[in-house]
Amino acid sequence: MIIRSQADLESIRKRGLTKIQPNHPRIGIGVSSCGIAVGGMALYHRMQEIIQNNSHDILVVKSGCIGYCKEEPLVSVYIPGKSQILLHKVSIDDAERIISLACKGDIPQDLALCRIPDWDHITGNLVYGDGFESVPDYGEIPFFSHQKKVILRDCGLINPEDIDEYIGIGGYFAAFKALTSIPPDTIIEEVKKSGLRGRGGAGFPAGLKWEITKKAPGSEKFIVCNADEGDPGAYMNRNEMESDPHMLLEGMLIGAYGMDVHEGLIYIRAEYPLAIKRLTLALDQARAYGLLGKNILNSGFDFDIQIATGAGAFVCGESTALVASIEGKTGRPRLRPPRLTEKGVFGRPTDLNNVETWCNVPVIIGKGAAWYSAIGTKGNTGTKVFSLVGKVDNVGMVEVPLGTSLQTIIYDIGNGGALGKGVKAVQTGGPSGGCIPQRLFDTPVDFENLNKVGTMMGSGGLVVMDEDTNMVDIARYFINFASSESCGKCVPCREGLKHMLLILNRIIAGKGTQNDIKLLQELSDTVQKTSLCGLGQTAPNPVLTTLKYFIEEYDQLITPEGR
Amino acid sequence: MDEKSLDEIIAQYASPSGRILGILREIQIQERHVPMDTLKLLSEKIEIPLSQLYSLVTFYSFFSLQRVGEHLITVCMGTPCHVKGAVKNLKVLQECLGISGESQDGKYLQTTPDNKFTVEIARCFGACSMAPVLQVDGDLYGYVIPEKIPEILEKYGWKR
Repeated sequence: MIIRSQADLESIRKRGLTKIQPNHPRIGIGVSSCGIAVGGMALYHRMQEIIQNNSHDILVVKSGCIGYCKEEPLVSVYIPGKSQILLHKVSIDDAERIISLACKGDIPQDLALCRIPDWDHITGNLVYGDGFESVPDYGEIPFFSHQKKVILRDCGLINPEDIDEYIGIGGYFAAFKALTSIPPDTIIEEVKKSGLRGRGGAGFPAGLKWEITKKAPGSEKFIVCNADEGDPGAYMNRNEMESDPHMLLEGMLIGAYGMDVHEGLIYIRAEYPLAIKRLTLALDQARAYGLLGKNILNSGFDFDIQIATGAGAFVCGESTALVASIEGKTGRPRLRPPRLTEKGVFGRPTDLNNVETWCNVPVIIGKGAAWYSAIGTKGNTGTKVFSLVGKVDNVGMVEVPLGTSLQTIIYDIGNGGALGKGVKAVQTGGPSGGCIPQRLFDTPVDFENLNKVGTMMGSGGLVVMDEDTNMVDIARYFINFASSESCGKCVPCREGLKHMLLILNRIIAGKGTQNDIKLLQELSDTVQKTSLCGLGQTAPNPVLTTLKYFIEEYDQLITPEGR
Repeated sequence: MDEKSLDEIIAQYASPSGRILGILREIQIQERHVPMDTLKLLSEKIEIPLSQLYSLVTFYSFFSLQRVGEHLITVCMGTPCHVKGAVKNLKVLQECLGISGESQDGKYLQTTPDNKFTVEIARCFGACSMAPVLQVDGDLYGYVIPEKIPEILEKYGWKR
């Protein structure tokens, strides 16, 4: 069926809603990559088998990940008219019991994590109902109560492999509104007014980039989604694509319409096979409804999206290297300008935005720039998704308004160090970022404040380090990473990092001198100032921040002879 | 890889964007490495110099010119895995399988003499919540501690 009118979209919305809230029990199994690894898929198949063998009137569907990774596998149970219940740490042996209880309108209380009486999908509000009052409310769980879910609004609650469910909670209505009633320039204006900044790390104003792309001469242009999430410790984009792929496609569709671009590309890393599979499926479903292709929603606008896969090179997250990779070349950055907006994929003007940047677009258009910019702080609007990992108690996917302090994220949401150990530092921004000591945890997480303490936002990985973590080893780890992933084009990065690594190895082996620390500082400065691309320029950050905040750990490794 | 299979892969990639890496990716997945003669054949078919294709296969870590063993073990070396003991896990794997710890240009790829197991390292799978993680033939194993490694290997026919 091709959607041509609001009535068409409305009829699919109704159908989608009956899938989310059927008049019989519905069980959703969290099967994103990590859910599958802890047994989610086996559980899904077992449950399907049970309901088929007994012809139970129960719907068992796949769902994405709600982000509470520590409690996986997570299962949602909806009994008509009652609160939806999240079950945690479910094993395959629980399958039979969950189903037989669901048939009786009940749930296994011992597995219940929380209940969801209603849910604000932002694009629509769903009321499930009351009941199961002895189970804690979603808002009473500290891991959830300090979060604000804008990007993750659907994750773990809808079936990512069924477009009807996305439309069921109001998906593609923003695209419909845009394509049928908003002039393209107004779309760009609205995104500019929202204050949305690039979520890939640099924080460039998204609306401005769109405007520059649109004004660039030429009629054949590209929009590209950067899904080459390479920072170790970051998996927000993977979850966004695996749990709610249509959110990304809708964002790209609206952006393409605003910029009057007809070709879209998603450049995705090879390490994410499930995300590739779900996106491919989502693209097929969107085409079948006429949400991609010719004359979308009867508006006269044409647009389609293709997937281009990466092949395991960290440097390809850099914009010019990414373009080279799409073109079938080795991913080596080139000097800018010209910027991509002028000369991008195959020499054509190209707008490149991160997955999460695109994911913000549907709600900005759907709810308006004023609604959006009220979230976060001035100059840093909206929310940001972080992967809170490492030696923290509650590992998981966390979404908070920009400007939230590290303290809130690590202690209120993360519940401090794992196994009761003290937290020493947090590393943000991947190999381009730095380590922030515990005494600076009142720092608000936004683009400027993170820069002030010597690190950067990056794509959103927060790796917690505890008292057992050796910070010099961490510095060496990152320099080894950056040195191995250096494309080899410019000397400061290729040779400078190599020598920084040799010095760090020497220090860790107990053969370093005070002079080595001085040399490390000097080399960092040179690599930072003279490297060709952003990766080389930021690679010394882990060394510089550990030298600044944890110098005593370096000093301890210098023997008396070396002083 | 026979010519027909290669033609089928090439046919899937009509548009120039992402074409070459896409084709190489399919070859790597199907053959578990990129055979040199397939690379030569591909070069003729898509009219791209062999030197360019060779540079791609050696630049990107997803590709391997060497045939890998029956089971491919990938150890994640992301930051969360690193702080939670990935280095130790890799050492235990090397000991169990009797392979060397030597790496080349920061890349690590070692195969057992009986060609049963190949061990490589990855930068980050993005499965950080279950750190440390490793993958065997595409199946993820999370919360891996050294004591669990023999157990995992036994599933794939390894004997103590």
